[in-house]
Amino acid sequence: MDVYLDNAASTKVDDEVIKAMQPFFSDKFGNASSLHQYGNEAKEALEESRALIAKKLNAEPREIIFTSGGTESNNFALKGVAFANKDRGRHIITSKIEHDCVISSCKWLEKQGFTVTYLPVDKYGRVSPDDVAGAIRKDTIITSVMHANNEIGTIEPIEEIAKICREKNVYFHTDACQSLTKVPLDAKKFDLVTINSHKIHGPKGVGALYIKNGTKIDALMHGGGHEFNMRSGTENVAGIVGFAKAASQMKEEHINHMANLRDRMIDGVLNRISDVQLNGPRDKRLCNNANIAFHYIEGESIMTYLDMDGIAVSTGSACSSKSLEPSHVLLAIGLKHEIAHGSLRISFSKYNTKEEVNYTLDKLEESVKKLREISPLTR
Amino acid sequence: MYSQKVMDLFKCPHNMGEIKDADGIGKVGNPVCGDLMEVYIKVGKNKEGKEILTDIKVKTFGCVAAIATSSIITDMAKGKTLEEAKKISKGDIAKELGGLPPIKMHCSVLSSEGLLKAIENYEMKKRKK
Repeated sequence: MDVYLDNAASTKVDDEVIKAMQPFFSDKFGNASSLHQYGNEAKEALEESRALIAKKLNAEPREIIFTSGGTESNNFALKGVAFANKDRGRHIITSKIEHDCVISSCKWLEKQGFTVTYLPVDKYGRVSPDDVAGAIRKDTIITSVMHANNEIGTIEPIEEIAKICREKNVYFHTDACQSLTKVPLDAKKFDLVTINSHKIHGPKGVGALYIKNGTKIDALMHGGGHEFNMRSGTENVAGIVGFAKAASQMKEEHINHMANLRDRMIDGVLNRISDVQLNGPRDKRLCNNANIAFHYIEGESIMTYLDMDGIAVSTGSACSSKSLEPSHVLLAIGLKHEIAHGSLRISFSKYNTKEEVNYTLDKLEESVKKLREISPLTR
Repeated sequence: MYSQKVMDLFKCPHNMGEIKDADGIGKVGNPVCGDLMEVYIKVGKNKEGKEILTDIKVKTFGCVAAIATSSIITDMAKGKTLEEAKKISKGDIAKELGGLPPIKMHCSVLSSEGLLKAIENYEMKKRKK
């Protein structure tokens, strides 16, 4: 049985999305900036897609800037606001559990003379709004806290945080790549929101940044003045059409379905396997995320045994990364290194089934047993 | 990412476990870094009267490469004289496995060090007798 449970990494493109995109590779291949009928066709599709995405976020179409994905949008939001507002201040606030593209952008900005506060989180991965309030200084220009964490699924109190920032005249940005269509989001309450397509059954290589009207921000890409002069480069029309289609496909029933599978998996593991722990909170958690630590064994090994049985999951272990350090998110919630090394992330989509969860539980139990038999830590 | 040999050994690792009355034990690594190995050896003599490794077993906490390297070193060392076994290098292990990704080379270091420590442990105990 082939079971794909790594939907926080990427998702299968929906058939309807592929159908919607197809004409923009073959018949309607024009450049949206061209003035002839080919261009008009592309432009029309582009603007329809923009309107759809805007509606989904409760934003104005003019506030949606299409990009190449989440990484670009996060880089754009942080660097763009930092440079456009450096006369006002050079201080940035973020959290220790942001995606690498936010952390790395902040590290780079530090080299350019900005100062960054990396806020800690509690044992469930939650950023405290009080900590944000306490970290704001006279020279703070932007705060960036993700909507939902990509590894442990924690949903952050971004509305509260955004309110605090707004009162202090500090821009607030949130990375909503994992939560888009899964957790309600009203963009009006924020200044900048990062979203992307391939986590919601859309194509890779396309995302967007919501920029509230009036936000002072510099462009990253300079050129032909596309996207209201905010992001030059010929628009990825097929990708954008696919993104909009994907965003409008998600239904309430899908969210319930994923939450049921998630709970079945978490309860199954906790009941059937000893010496395990759930990483992240039980409630206020993404509907499609489970993250579990298996004591005495290492994550890459569990993942590889599952892979041999056709099951795809991911691990927070160092041994599967380039650095050898375990996940910064798992360390930030206070896990010991050896526990972090033994953690697996299992993430669901609307396509997964109860049977797949049962099969995975069986194989997981087998793999954990096998690895614990050879582990010197098992006593 | 991994060679077929690594995957085969990971799937069915050889000589896993411990030896209750081991002549030498070598513990290396650290669970904080994601890998820990315990190597157990039994020592006997060959026809020429030289000391050889008659049995070797290993317990491993670690990734695919850590498990495969600890398995292959048991195959490589069994029956060898202590002097020969001490000379097994990280390069020999990686070569025998059909190569390892550069980031995983430290796993092969760990298993050769584990074996070396077990032999040293045996020799130290013998000197004390």
